[in-house]
Amino acid sequence: MSTHEQRWIDIGCIEDIPVRGARVVRTPAGCIAVFRTAEDEAFAIDDACPHKAGPLSQGIVHGKSVTCPLHNWVISLENGDAQGADEGSVASYPLKIEGGRLLLDLRRAQDRSAA
Amino acid sequence: MTKKKLVVIGNGMAPGRALEKLLDTAPDAYEVTIFNAEPRVNYDRIMLSPLLSGEKTFDQIVIHGDGWYVKHGVTLHKGATVTAIDREARTVTTARGITQPYDKLIIATGSLPIIIPVPGHKLAGVLSYRDLDDVEAMLLAAKSRGHAVVIGGGLLGLEAAAGLKEQGMDVTVIHLAPTLLERQLDTTAGHLLQRAVEDRGIRVITKANTKAILGEKKVEAVLLEDGTRLPADLVVMAVGIKPNAQVAKDAGLEVNRGIVVDAGMRTSDQDIYAIGECAEVAGQVFGLVAPLYEMAGVLAARLAGDTVAAFKPSAVATKLKVTGINLFSAGDFAESPDRQEIVLRDASRGIYKRLVLKDDAIIGAVLYGDTSDSAWFFDLLKKRSDISPMRETLIFGPSFAGGSPLDPTAAVAALPDEAEICGCNGVCKGKITGAIASMGLKSLDDVRARTKASASCGSCTGLVEQLLKTALGDAYNPAAVQPMCACTHLGHDDVRRLIVAKQLKSIPALMQALEWNTSCGCAKCRPALNYYLLSTWPGEYVDDSQSRFINERVHANIQRDGTYSVVPRMWGGMTSAKELRAIADVVEKFKIPSVKCTGGQRIDMLGVRKEDLPAVWADLNAAGMISGAAYAKGLRTVKTCVGTDWCRFGTQDSTGLGIKLEKYLWGSWTPAKLKLAVSGCPRNCAEATCKDIGVICVDSGYDIHFAGAAGLDIKGTEVLGHVETEAEAIEVIAALTQLYREQGRYLERIYKWAKRVGLDTIRQQIMNDVERRRSLHERFAYSQKFSQIDPWAERAAGKDRHEFAPMADFTRKEAAE
Ligand code: SRM
Ligand SMILES: Cc1cc2nc3c(=O)[nH]c(=O)nc-3n(C[C@H](O)[C@H](O)[C@H](O)COP(=O)(O)OP(=O)(O)OC[C@H]3O[C@@H](n4cnc5c(N)ncnc54)[C@H](O)[C@@H]3O)c2cc1C
Ligand code: SF4
Ligand code: FES
Repeated sequence: MSTHEQRWIDIGCIEDIPVRGARVVRTPAGCIAVFRTAEDEAFAIDDACPHKAGPLSQGIVHGKSVTCPLHNWVISLENGDAQGADEGSVASYPLKIEGGRLLLDLRRAQDRSAA
Repeated sequence: MTKKKLVVIGNGMAPGRALEKLLDTAPDAYEVTIFNAEPRVNYDRIMLSPLLSGEKTFDQIVIHGDGWYVKHGVTLHKGATVTAIDREARTVTTARGITQPYDKLIIATGSLPIIIPVPGHKLAGVLSYRDLDDVEAMLLAAKSRGHAVVIGGGLLGLEAAAGLKEQGMDVTVIHLAPTLLERQLDTTAGHLLQRAVEDRGIRVITKANTKAILGEKKVEAVLLEDGTRLPADLVVMAVGIKPNAQVAKDAGLEVNRGIVVDAGMRTSDQDIYAIGECAEVAGQVFGLVAPLYEMAGVLAARLAGDTVAAFKPSAVATKLKVTGINLFSAGDFAESPDRQEIVLRDASRGIYKRLVLKDDAIIGAVLYGDTSDSAWFFDLLKKRSDISPMRETLIFGPSFAGGSPLDPTAAVAALPDEAEICGCNGVCKGKITGAIASMGLKSLDDVRARTKASASCGSCTGLVEQLLKTALGDAYNPAAVQPMCACTHLGHDDVRRLIVAKQLKSIPALMQALEWNTSCGCAKCRPALNYYLLSTWPGEYVDDSQSRFINERVHANIQRDGTYSVVPRMWGGMTSAKELRAIADVVEKFKIPSVKCTGGQRIDMLGVRKEDLPAVWADLNAAGMISGAAYAKGLRTVKTCVGTDWCRFGTQDSTGLGIKLEKYLWGSWTPAKLKLAVSGCPRNCAEATCKDIGVICVDSGYDIHFAGAAGLDIKGTEVLGHVETEAEAIEVIAALTQLYREQGRYLERIYKWAKRVGLDTIRQQIMNDVERRRSLHERFAYSQKFSQIDPWAERAAGKDRHEFAPMADFTRKEAAE
């Protein structure tokens, strides 16, 4: 499998996600949460909190972070790392915006499901 | 080297501190065994008053938890009273017959409360105020909300009275002298204090001599010398303490008022020491922790081998630990011809200051109302500084003596480094400022953790905060205004005030105007701001769903596995075959795994998949049901009992009133959840007296209660007032809800809000000020126009559809490939 070339998949347009909100993309390896910040950036990370797998897509989005709805861990949208005193990380996925469309690179998720 | 056996009798604050120091300096010198008559670990006795008033829990006042004893290899016998010391055999023996040899023995048996031997003093319900058992007995007695009589209007008696009042009892303090705290205060100041105590609803009777305590099996009344009979379900005697020296006396040690010790804390026996309230040094006994901790330091040093450490009693200061009353006193007040006084009175501000001088030095100080200069006066007193150069202005405090009158930190800034700030733990100013600078401390908690200052009775908290402020400048925000969160330095109340003053009507506008330091807040401030804006500008502010916690955003409760639970309203707990059938159908149709009766008299369907929510709602709506808002910081349930409809005891239509209330209040957003109940008679089957708002129906009308809690905290309600008609009951409840909506801080339940602003101010506004009640009610009614929209109907019709469907689904595509 080629590892260097990106494989972008169109998942919808940025307007489909509410500002400071998230939507879910279902994949065979589990759900991915796609976030839109107040500054109209978009990020994709696994929809499972490193703490107890809480659905991060349901959390409150602030700055470039989300607060998990179950026990309030704060997770960085940029790299999936837990902030502050909590330790843990979730996978993040390459995502880019082109002409308002959201393009997601899912290979990491597929690698994981194949493994 | 075999360790020497060190045995301690008593596990109070004094030996606790001595062992801490000893284990610090000579951890391996002794094998320590403690016998404690109380069946528990060492706790902060000073904090019994906050425990009684409900401001603290026992866990918060433990000094050494069980782990401490394990960690330091100390054996603690709980509930073990030492009854004999055999000095010849060098052993101690307990009531249960344990005998333990010692090489060195510490007696730290504290004091015994004085019980006046009037007839009836042994009746059940007559308590002293000394240990946790006393507080627990008082808390239990307070559950009856009956009458309490406190005998003795000293510091302890007043603290007990305030605590019992806080617990809902009807409290009377009886005091022998003509004014309260007559040893510390003169007549006028005594009256000021009396008024402040009476303002809290506590009755004070002075010049009152107790003749007898009356009752058959348990106390029923207190009879005064003048014939007055005060009904009483509880009597607390707080008339003084005497050193507990019996075991020492029986063992033939020299005992005077207390166990006589030298400056090295040694008794008349070489190997036996005594510290704490039971010890007498140079003819003096002590009843405050500061000198006891000094004794502890001396003893620890002696046991570690120091031969010169000596106890020098210094002046002690006390503060009354009743929230809202500021009183400081230190030193000596007895009148004598060689003493002069300087007194300052400011009646309108309720301030009184009195200094007693001798030979141009302060030997006594009382501050009432404004105690901010207490540390400065106390320092002058302890050092016996010559005050003649500043005598004219002395009473106005250091800011006057040193210029810069308006800066509140000037008083502390003017203190020398060795001035004591924390009396309980003997921490001086220099130690605190040194720790702030060298360890980079930033908060009160940091200072408490590193220096112990302000960690015991907490009355020096203000001073410690001023030191932080002086050291850190604007980087320090005193806890007095806790910021809402890390995004701002403003507290909740400031933000609410500014929303109105600056006409702020959206979250971005607010964050701009109030200089939020994050781009779009955090999960703490955004929901709070959304609520404040919504309740301030009904009909104008557009709710920001992205600032709501998920449950309020999708109107269902998220569960641990990411599914949801759905709770429809059942008005006043009533349901019907049609509703139950619709619920049954929904459960089957959507394969909902669990159906449960909630603690709120309705039905919960648990484990609904998020994408099914709109369809579930559509079906429930079709049967006439709306959201029960089991997720909302808003009206939850109104529980009822069957009332006059069926019950043989019902006095009013409690079910009907409950339904009316629920129909009127539903949809309203409140600072935290709001739960009501209506009971048809005082048997109270709807549990109305532990709700945020409760109604007890009686023959003559409706008793309205509020400020109860039955969750993390358990608290019976307070009575708001009595009304005669249903219509009045509804108006009072709506007005109360509105007042809470306007003043409550986000996530602050009614009972916490009421405690913060004062029960009486609330009663005054709702029950006495009819105009105010009416206008509150009008504002409530107005805002309800915009909030009684069933969120489920909206969502079943397509609102927020994006919430309930994935953005893209590759599971199916993948399968097709
Ligand atoms: C379902 C229910 C338990 C049950 O199976 O009976 C329940 C379930 C939850 N309660 Fe409760 N409480 C339920 C009645 C109560 C009661 C009893 C009552 O209302 O009479 C209390 C004590 C009364 C009180 O509130 O003072 C109660 C005190 C709490 C507390 C403590 C609140 C406090 O301020 O002390 C919490 C925690 C919180 O809110 O932060 C809580 C929080 C919760 C949460 C929301 C926990 C959470 O955040 O997920 C639970 C949601 C489960 C769900 O999805 O349905 N629940 N909870 C009850 C729903 C009542 C209803 O019909 O709406
Ligand atoms: C309600 C209240 C509020 C107070 N507020 C303040 C305040 O604000 N500021 C202040 O400075 N001080 C205050 N004090 C006083 C302070 O708590 C005491 O001075 C201090 O706790 C005394 O410590 P101690 O170690 O001498 O004795 P204690 O703490 O009384 O400990 C003595 C222990 O010895 C045990 N004991 C007794 N006899 C035996 C025996 N024969 N065998 C085994 N164990 C035995 C007792 O059960 C007890 O646990 C307050 C006291 C009370 C009760
Ligand atoms: S008591 Fe309430 S919060 Fe706790 S587990 Fe039960 S339902 Fe959940
Ligand atoms: S599962 Fe996210 S904080 Fe616990």
